[in-house]
Amino acid sequence: MLELKNVSFRVSDEGQEREIIKDVSLSIPSDKLVVITGPNGGGKSTLAKLIAGIVKPTSGKILLDDVDITDLSVTDRAKAGIGFAFQQPVRFKGIQVYDLIRLAKGEDITLDHACDYLSAVGLCARDYIDREVNNSLSGGELKRIEIATVFAKGSKLSIFDEPEAGIDLWSFQNLIKVFEDMRDNINGSTILIISHQERIMNIADEIIVLKDGQLASYGPKDEILPELMGTAVAYPECKKGGAGKGDDLC
Amino acid sequence: MLELNEIQKSLLSEVADMHGVPQGAYNIRSNSQSVGRASTANIEVLPREDGQGLTIQVQPNTKNESVHIPVVMSQSGLKELVYNDFYIGEDADVLIISGCGIHNTGSQDSEHDGIHRFYLAKGAHVRYVEKHYGSGDGAGKRILYPGTEVYMEEGSSMEMEMLQIKGVDDTIRTTTAELAKDARLVIRERLMTHGDQRATSYYTVNLNGEGASADVVSRSVAKDTSYQKFEAKLVGNAPCTGHTECDSIIMDKGRIEAVPGLVANDVDAALVHEAAIGKIAGDQITKLMTLGLNEQEAEAQIVNGFLK
Repeated sequence: MLELKNVSFRVSDEGQEREIIKDVSLSIPSDKLVVITGPNGGGKSTLAKLIAGIVKPTSGKILLDDVDITDLSVTDRAKAGIGFAFQQPVRFKGIQVYDLIRLAKGEDITLDHACDYLSAVGLCARDYIDREVNNSLSGGELKRIEIATVFAKGSKLSIFDEPEAGIDLWSFQNLIKVFEDMRDNINGSTILIISHQERIMNIADEIIVLKDGQLASYGPKDEILPELMGTAVAYPECKKGGAGKGDDLC
Repeated sequence: MLELNEIQKSLLSEVADMHGVPQGAYNIRSNSQSVGRASTANIEVLPREDGQGLTIQVQPNTKNESVHIPVVMSQSGLKELVYNDFYIGEDADVLIISGCGIHNTGSQDSEHDGIHRFYLAKGAHVRYVEKHYGSGDGAGKRILYPGTEVYMEEGSSMEMEMLQIKGVDDTIRTTTAELAKDARLVIRERLMTHGDQRATSYYTVNLNGEGASADVVSRSVAKDTSYQKFEAKLVGNAPCTGHTECDSIIMDKGRIEAVPGLVANDVDAALVHEAAIGKIAGDQITKLMTLGLNEQEAEAQIVNGFLK
């Protein structure tokens, strides 16, 4: 279970203090797929980074399975059981997809085993396993490789920051299937997805709405999603620019 | 195998991946003497008259054969200048493994200067691998000044892998090439310097014939207070294509200088130079930390991948 207790995060912006996350408290139980949504600039990605340790809260506590992880480094949080898929995956010259999956797994694994993770995200493993994680890969390909690394890591809490951003419609359809499969095999873990997409929210157990850095609402999908529909928060697939930012799918 | 001690065997393993007598033609030079040599029906390995180097003759149409000519030095204070000439016959296709390993535990400098000249006849193809390695904790330096000259006739091609990953204190690498019609040269340099090492690479490629092409790419990492200079000059004297690239990571107080040189003497010469120098991107380290690596482990993985 993940708990946030009175978490705030402030930055200094041109000499002025700005509060990005304002006194957020919530508990996310195990065995749940939870979507965090809300308007752009509402603090969703910052909240995800606070949980992964990429940024540290100005005040408040973060607990994972009742253990205070607030002061742990990114590395120690990863070892404590947190996985994180970046909104904009990082490129590496020279490092191959196989290397990255091996590092995520934390042990030497066979090529076949590594390929299983790529197949799970809809990539033809044979074509990708030896590729460098560099500019030769498209945004969609990188995104799926990023998700594969989080699969390979196998965390208690897996966080996906806008997995749909920057990918094409075909990849998006595939992505929904990937998360549906994850939901079916959750096995005591927690999946946290930051998303604007109605179809991703549809497979959630619970939805958190974050607005202006504050918790606007949090509850079962069946309660929250109807409230969101028709507002700027939830993007049906064929409205407001489609699956990826800037993509025109209609 | 040959009469070599454990240090020499270890150097051979590092520079030529050799764990025994290699297959095919070879010459093994240890502390300024040949300690093993073999020719094959198609590849003749002959010592020069002055004993300082080899003449290697590859017969036309020789296919899928290799030549190993590693050099190891474990005696502190040695300084040698060696000339190796390679004559590659028409349409031959061979692999040449070179390389030099210096183990210096003494206070005097050890230096190997190898001058390699390649003469590729029409249609010949060579893959050349040259690896430098230094070890030993003596105050004496490990110094390598390799010189390479490549003369390529019509339609010949050559791929050169130049690797220097560890332990060499001072290197000046000078490579020149002359390319005739439709000749193709590909050079891949991988270099890492640490401590207060210095490494300089000069490449000059003259593209003299129509359709000639060259691709010279260096990836390097400079750590601690080391210094590197990469100077690549392409001269287009005919309708040709050329590309050079220097892609470098600097760490600690390392310094790197990249000097592009493009000379187009023909209106249809298409020449490109790219250079990028910078430290490891913070988000690369963060990504690997989210997989459970600490900062040092993340840096090591990024550097290893970059130089792979």
